[in-house]
Amino acid sequence: MQFFFDHFFELTITGLALGSIYALVALGYTMVYGVLQLINFAHSEVFMYGTFAVIWVFTAFGAGGHTSTGGIIGLLIVSVFAAMLVSGGIALLIERVAYRPLLKRNSPKLVALISAIGASFALSETMGLRDRITGFVGLDKPLADYVNGARDNSSLPVEITPKAVFKIGDYSVTTIDLLVIITALVMMVFLDRFVRRSRAGRGMRAVAQNPEAAALMGVNAVRVRQITFLLGGMMAGVAATLYMIRIGTTRFDAGFILGVKAFTAAVMGGIGNLRGALLGGLVLGVAENWGSAIIGTQWKDVVAFILLVVILLFRPTGLLGESLGRARA
Amino acid sequence: MVSTQARNALAALAATAGMAAFVAGCGTTSDGSDSASSGSGGCKAVSIAYLGAKTGDSANLGLNMVGGVKVAIDDYNKAHPDCKVTEKDFDSQGDPEKATPLATQIINDSSIVGVVGPGFSGESDATGKAFSEAGLVTISASATNPALTTNGWKTFHRVLGNDDTQAPADAKYITDTLKAKKVFVVDDASDYGKGLATGVKKSLGSLVGGTDEIQQKQTDFGPTVTKIKASGADTVFYGGYYAEAGLIAKQLRAAGYKGYFVSGDGSLDPGFVKAAGSTGAEDARLSCPCGPASADFTTKYKADNNGKEPGTYSAEAYDAAKVLLDGIAAGKTTRPDELAFVNSYDQPGLTKQIKFTPTGEVTDAVVYAYTVKDGKIGDATVIK
Repeated sequence: MQFFFDHFFELTITGLALGSIYALVALGYTMVYGVLQLINFAHSEVFMYGTFAVIWVFTAFGAGGHTSTGGIIGLLIVSVFAAMLVSGGIALLIERVAYRPLLKRNSPKLVALISAIGASFALSETMGLRDRITGFVGLDKPLADYVNGARDNSSLPVEITPKAVFKIGDYSVTTIDLLVIITALVMMVFLDRFVRRSRAGRGMRAVAQNPEAAALMGVNAVRVRQITFLLGGMMAGVAATLYMIRIGTTRFDAGFILGVKAFTAAVMGGIGNLRGALLGGLVLGVAENWGSAIIGTQWKDVVAFILLVVILLFRPTGLLGESLGRARA
Repeated sequence: MVSTQARNALAALAATAGMAAFVAGCGTTSDGSDSASSGSGGCKAVSIAYLGAKTGDSANLGLNMVGGVKVAIDDYNKAHPDCKVTEKDFDSQGDPEKATPLATQIINDSSIVGVVGPGFSGESDATGKAFSEAGLVTISASATNPALTTNGWKTFHRVLGNDDTQAPADAKYITDTLKAKKVFVVDDASDYGKGLATGVKKSLGSLVGGTDEIQQKQTDFGPTVTKIKASGADTVFYGGYYAEAGLIAKQLRAAGYKGYFVSGDGSLDPGFVKAAGSTGAEDARLSCPCGPASADFTTKYKADNNGKEPGTYSAEAYDAAKVLLDGIAAGKTTRPDELAFVNSYDQPGLTKQIKFTPTGEVTDAVVYAYTVKDGKIGDATVIK
C-alpha cells in the first residue's frame, strides 16, 4: 500500500497512456455497436494490421539504427496515415465480406456475430501465415523483409527512446506518455465533433436511433455503415501507431488481448457511447495499474474485470449509458 | 526450456513431417542397400537418425540441431570415404504425438544404430519408453526437463545439463560475477519460467529484494517496472521466454533502470534483442546450459549449411552425433554394442567433456552466461 501511495503519479500516468490506447480501439467497438447493435469481434485484427502497417513503413524506408530523430518523426507521421489506411481498409473489408451479405438477407444478429469471429480468425491467421501465402505466388523472397518470421514477434527497426519533459510528484512525464495521451484525446474530440456536427455523423445517429425511419428519410444505410467501420478502423490505426511507439513489438495474435481489453473499456463506459469509450479506456488503464500495485501484477486482469462487474451491477448500461443515437453524442 | 506451446505446435507439424520422413526414409534405405551391395566387403550400411523438429513453430531450434548433426556426419564420411554413414531425419515438429509413430519407424529401421534426439522434453517423454524397450540409444541435444532421467529408461542420454542445474548457476553468477546486493526476481507464471525463478530465489536467499509475476503475452509492464525501480535492486532476474523478456528489458531501460538484467535460456534468442532494441538489450546476461560454437565449428557449419550461422544447440547436436559416430568408427554397428559404447564414453566434446551418468545425464553439466553486446548475443563465459 505504501508503494502505491509513493508511486501514485507514475502508476496513474502510465495507466492513462495505456488506457488512451484502449480507448481508441474501444471507439471501433462502440461505434459499430451504436449503429448495428452488433459486437464487431474482428475489430481486434483491424488494430493488429495497423501495427504491422507501422513496421512495414519503417522497413520500406530502410530505417535502422542509423535513422536520425527527425527521420523517425517523419516516418511516424507517414506511418500514422499508413496505419489508418490499412486499418480502415481492413475494417471496410470486414463490413463488405462478413457483414453486408448477412445484413442484406436480414439474418439474425447472432449469425453476424459468428461471422465476425470467423473473420477475426481468418485475418489473424492470414497475417500469421503471410510467409506461406506470399510463397504460393512466389513473392516470399522479394518480400522477405516483410513476411519472414510470420509467427514470431516483429519489432520496429528503430528505437524510440522517451525523454523526460516535466515532473509530477516524483515521476518524470515522458514525451511518449504525452504524445500518446494527447493524440488520443485529440482524435477523440475530432471524432466526437464529426459525429455531432457533420452530415455523415447525423446519418450515423439517425440510423442508430431508428434504422427504418432513417431509411425512409433517405439516409443510405449501407453508406452509413461503411463510414462507421471506416472511422472505427482509422481510430484503431492511430491506436496501433501509438502502441508501436510505446511497445514497439507486435505479432499476428497481438490483437486478441488488446481487443478484449478495449471491448471491456467500451462496455464499462457504456457501449454505443463515444465519450463512454474514452472514459472506459482511461478508467480501465488506470485500474489495471493501481490493481497491479496494490494487489500484485498477476492480479491486474482480475482487478479490471471485477471493476467491470461492479460497474455493471450498479449501472447496467455502463458509466455513461448507451447513447450513440441520442442527441448527446 | 521447451514449453507446452512449442510442443503443441510441434504436434501439428508432425503429421506432415511423418509423411515426408517416411518417403525420405524409403529413399535413403534403398540408397543404403545399393551402396552396401556395391560397396567393399565388410562395410555394413549403418545410419543414425535425427528425431526432432524440422518444420513448425520450433523449426529454428530443430534446424540448428540438424545442421550440427550434418557437420558431424560430413566429418565422419570424409574420414571414412569407403564406408559412409547415412543420416535419416524424422521431423516431429517437436510434437510428442507426432514423435511417437516416428519413434516406431526408427525402431523398425534396422540400419539405424543410434538417435540424435528427441529434440524437446515433451517428445522425449513420449518416446523414451519405446526406445528403451527397443534398446536403441538416444542422445538428446536439447531436452532439459529434469524428470526425464528418473523414468528408469536404459537408453536415454543428453549432452547438456537439465533445468535444475541452471538456477543455482544463475544465482552463483549473480552473486559472484555481478556482485549483486539486491536482486528483483520476475517470472512469467509458466512451468519453465516459474520453475527457474523459484530455483534462483531459493539459491539467492536473502539477496532477493522483491518479486513480481507477469503474464505471457503481456506487453505493457509499467507497474512491474515501477516496482523494480522502487525496490532499488541492482540486478533483475527474469524467468521466462524472450518475447516478454525483451519488452521488460526495453521498458526498464526506458524508465531509467541502470542495473543488470539477467535471464535464462528461454530468453537466449535473437528475438530478445529484437524486442528490447540494442539499447534495451545492451549488457543483458543470458544463461544457458548450451555452449557457444567455436570458430572452427562455425566455419565447418557454414560450409555445410549454405552459409548459415550455427545457433542454440548446434554444438550440442554435433557432440551427440559425434558420440554415435565414434561408436560406429569403433565397429559398434549393432544396437547393443552402440549402447554399451555410449554408456562408457568419456571424451572431450565441443561443449564439454562428454561422459554420462548411469541415468544418462552428462556428468559435466556446464552452464554458460552470454552477454549481449552491440545488439548481438555475444561472448559466453562458463559459470563456475
